[in-house]
Amino acid sequence: MPIDQQSIQLFIGLVLKISIVFVIALMSPVSMNYIERRMLALMQMRLGPNRTGPFGMLQSLADGIKFAFKEDIIPMAANKWLYIFAPVVAVVPAFMATIVYPLGPKDVPLPFAATINSVVNSLTGLQLNLSKVDLHVTSFNVGLLYILALTSLGVYAIALAGWSSNSKFSLLGGLRSSAQMISYELSLSLSLVGVLIQAGTVDLYKIVESQQGAYFGFIPKWYIFVFQPLGFMIYLISAIAETNRTPFDLPEAETELVGGFHTEYSSSLKFAMLFMAEYVNMLTVSVLATTMFLGGWSGPFVSDFPLLAPVYFLGKVAIFMFLYIWLRGTLPRLRYDQLMNFGWKFLLPAALLNIFISATIALLAY
Amino acid sequence: MFELPVQQLVFLFLASIAIFAAFNVILQRNPIYTALGLIGVMCSLAGTYLLLSAQFVAAMQVIVYAGAIMVLFVFVIMLLNVRREESRLDKGKYLKIVAPLLFVALLAEVFYVAKAVPNPPASAIAADGVHPYGTIESIGEAMFSTYLFPFEATSVLILMAMVGALFLAKKRTTQEAETLGQMILEMTPRISAADSSTAEKIEEPARKIAA
Repeated sequence: MPIDQQSIQLFIGLVLKISIVFVIALMSPVSMNYIERRMLALMQMRLGPNRTGPFGMLQSLADGIKFAFKEDIIPMAANKWLYIFAPVVAVVPAFMATIVYPLGPKDVPLPFAATINSVVNSLTGLQLNLSKVDLHVTSFNVGLLYILALTSLGVYAIALAGWSSNSKFSLLGGLRSSAQMISYELSLSLSLVGVLIQAGTVDLYKIVESQQGAYFGFIPKWYIFVFQPLGFMIYLISAIAETNRTPFDLPEAETELVGGFHTEYSSSLKFAMLFMAEYVNMLTVSVLATTMFLGGWSGPFVSDFPLLAPVYFLGKVAIFMFLYIWLRGTLPRLRYDQLMNFGWKFLLPAALLNIFISATIALLAY
Repeated sequence: MFELPVQQLVFLFLASIAIFAAFNVILQRNPIYTALGLIGVMCSLAGTYLLLSAQFVAAMQVIVYAGAIMVLFVFVIMLLNVRREESRLDKGKYLKIVAPLLFVALLAEVFYVAKAVPNPPASAIAADGVHPYGTIESIGEAMFSTYLFPFEATSVLILMAMVGALFLAKKRTTQEAETLGQMILEMTPRISAADSSTAEKIEEPARKIAA
């Protein structure tokens, strides 16, 4: 099959878009790490890292360099292959989820399209015909299920890291977290069903499209306002538990488990990968919250200036990321039995109730 | 089978992972490696489903099998800390004869299906490269109209299994336990007529429960 103009253009476009989304995902742990430490310091009346670069902004970079140059210790009693394999299992699904982030609408007129075309032509001799661009890597007709499938694979990383380290603390941390993630994954998925009933699709792009417009000119038609506030609350709580963050950060409860599942991962690149996966998972969960409940990229003037869409989208995601820090600075950690009871005896029935309510509303109103 | 050479390359890649992982499942002695091999097989199969434009089935394959069932396997293996499995090859000698026969039967089945079931015609692919029958809508429609009875029957079966599991795991009052022990004791003569070694194993704990 001969390679034609169109497939080259498609290929270049895909590679560019994937790299942009990848860089966004890659930068999120770096920037979040700095912002989180400064914010926590602010909340606790401390200063936080303020020596490296202006306002300490290069602290994350310094940390990264330190990770890369530290001695890499593999515990003698550890299962060597799985010990190395576990961080990879953490990182790969986390980054794979980034390709369905719906950053903006389809067919957006590309700014400076003529300039780009001519520059590419003079550099490589390729005749490109760029004019419009979809502001997402791909829009899958099972986009939501794809993300849920990848998040469900994240359990293995923590379980394997805990088990392969061959230490009591790691094993306990790993087991705790597998139990926690299995329990909260249920209410996480069920809380989204209400939105799916109303949107009638699992395509993330179409879900955002169905939330355009406003009631009475000022209440946006976002699912958080339109019949899904309960679903949103359930989603938010189980998402925090699913990403193992405070107040549900039992897998790495310092006071009882040293470092939990990553106790034996001395600050090497392997630890950095586990750390990165945790933050990218937080990003994915926030993206899902934005898409499902906060109308994704929609906002004022998006139809006139489509390039505002990614700004709105990332802004809404940033609110959720800040919420993580806020909660970490505010709430104490739950006890393990409280966590399990809360998940199974409160959140899960509440999610089922939400499905029941949504189905009733859908039956009456649509 | 696939229109583009890229698809063929991806298929070969996924298929070789699946075969490698499947051999891992059989040949490894450490149960955790076996479980991981099975997860590998399931994930690469999901990729193959994607190549066949069955996106929904692919997602479900990962969510249900890799994400839910195998997590429980791995969880239990870690919890019990099972180290290595002893060689069990000497136990069932007749299995050595049955297994190859079953393998040949399965292989024949695969070849028959590959021959008999036609590939989807190119016209079945919509303009945006999506098979209409791979989507969640078409599967839902088929499941709740054409295949409604098998679907409902399966869900009743799963419900029965759930109730059974709950019944087995339920905490019993002493009186209930005594009745259960008596029941097992009454059954032991019949069991021992069929298989004396199993009956011996059951009798001792049953006596304890009944007392």
